[in-house]
Amino acid sequence: MPVARLKVWRGGDDGAYEDYEVEYEEGMVVLDVVHRLQATQTPDLAVRWNCKAGKCGSCSAEINGRPQLQCMQRMEQYPEDEVIQIAPLKTFPLIRDLVCDVSWNYKIAKTIPEFQLTAPDQDGNRRMAQIDIDRGQEFRKCIECYLCQDVCHVIRDHPDNKDDFAGPRFFVQLANVAMHPLDTNPRRDTVDHGFGLEYCNITKCCTDVCPEHIKITDNAIIPLKERRVDEFYDPLRIIGRKFFGKK
Amino acid sequence: MAAPAATDPIERRYGLTHRVDRWWVEPLLVGSGLGIFIIYSGISAMLGDRWAFETENGLYLSPFFEPLIHPGWLPDWFSPALLILWAPLGFRTTCYYYRRAYYRSYFLSPPACAVREPANSYAGESTLPLVIQNAHRWFMYVALLFIPILFTGAIKSYHLPGEGLGVGLGSIILTLNAFFLMMYTIGCHSLRHWVAGGLNQFSRTPLRRVRRQAWEVFTVANEHHRLWAWVSLVGVGVTDLYVHLVANGVITDPNTFTGPI
Ligand code: SF4
Ligand code: SF4
Ligand code: FES
Ligand code: FES
Repeated sequence: MPVARLKVWRGGDDGAYEDYEVEYEEGMVVLDVVHRLQATQTPDLAVRWNCKAGKCGSCSAEINGRPQLQCMQRMEQYPEDEVIQIAPLKTFPLIRDLVCDVSWNYKIAKTIPEFQLTAPDQDGNRRMAQIDIDRGQEFRKCIECYLCQDVCHVIRDHPDNKDDFAGPRFFVQLANVAMHPLDTNPRRDTVDHGFGLEYCNITKCCTDVCPEHIKITDNAIIPLKERRVDEFYDPLRIIGRKFFGKK
Repeated sequence: MAAPAATDPIERRYGLTHRVDRWWVEPLLVGSGLGIFIIYSGISAMLGDRWAFETENGLYLSPFFEPLIHPGWLPDWFSPALLILWAPLGFRTTCYYYRRAYYRSYFLSPPACAVREPANSYAGESTLPLVIQNAHRWFMYVALLFIPILFTGAIKSYHLPGEGLGVGLGSIILTLNAFFLMMYTIGCHSLRHWVAGGLNQFSRTPLRRVRRQAWEVFTVANEHHRLWAWVSLVGVGVTDLYVHLVANGVITDPNTFTGPI
């Protein structure tokens, strides 16, 4: 049986990386190996997980410096002698070992405007054309793994921006609200203001790490930025407003 | 730019990065590529030899000079390219793809994903000067004008005054260049948004449905925006170099024309 050489963060902020060797079998993923480590050598190792299928978003960590889901990384990809370093997410306060306190995200989630749907049709149903909801489908694939939040340099390297910046996961959510065909919440028009969109410099790391392959930058962030351009900076619209009144 | 103290717990846990791949290759290549183009275009636009528009019959015109604005009062040393270049330069500088490229390669903000950014503070595009990036929409409108202008220049190069229709390697290069620039421009995020991105109910009117279809077409080009950004950048450089070399008699253009070009 091949042996994995792991380097895992143990403890809180005053902890350290510890080296381990764990036997593994073909077909295992990193999370399996971490579980085997926990079962055989370190029963107190803290690691969050739920589904082992890349769908619950719990097992996020940084594997060899890359924000990834532990349950989606196959062991075959690592050369035999490579040390696999597993660290908790950098952007959120560490609780212990591989577990972080991600509650900052829940706080931001509460600030996102909720849907207020239009009145139903006469028969009591609401109807949407497929073509109108296609675009938002992608946004609803988010599993809230917060890998995009973790990798975003705006808060990863500058934690003081956390007060002013909602982060890519919530830009996805804001785009979902902004583009909804039946939403009438007047706050929908504010979604491209006050959430720190202008801090994003579209360097696309969020898109790179998203396990659901949501095109966060191209389909959520840039369209929101462009809506703001419509409002403030588009020369044709500025002229139009001057001569034909508010559009 | 001081690195955080090594006693800082975050610094102790993450350092610069734990990535083991060669994450620095991409920003290095991108930075060098952009740098070469910037230096090349500077030299080409200001070079004191024959301008790249002075082919004898005016058959080929470098995209740096298209459309040629060359009033008699312009001093000899003033390159007419400067009257043109601000537009494509502004368009590319404020382009969402190129922003990503130079923010990573030159501003190191961040140099690569999950690699620590050296700057101590960061305000992104929220303050001056970077808030100016919002002018991309303005440049996009100007860039749209350049598509027909460049195609017209390319089409003209198939016709030698006094001789009629023909084809030269230069005509083919100019046509490809116009095509590449068109592909780059129609993949623009701003244009994609402009055609229908601001709408939420596409199904409401026939016009909106058409706009939505156009949005889908632009989306296809948009998905390869980075590719077309590079193809068109190299294309413009090669086209300029080619016309320059022909205009200065360094190489002869293979063509079907019998008269001088
Ligand atoms: S593209 Fe914007 S939101 Fe996404 S990681 Fe980069 S800076 Fe953050
Ligand atoms: S957008 Fe992608 S990376 Fe971000 S939280 Fe959702 S699934 Fe995770
Ligand atoms: S355990 Fe659910 S995503 Fe990994
Ligand atoms: S986004 Fe690249 S040209 Fe507009």
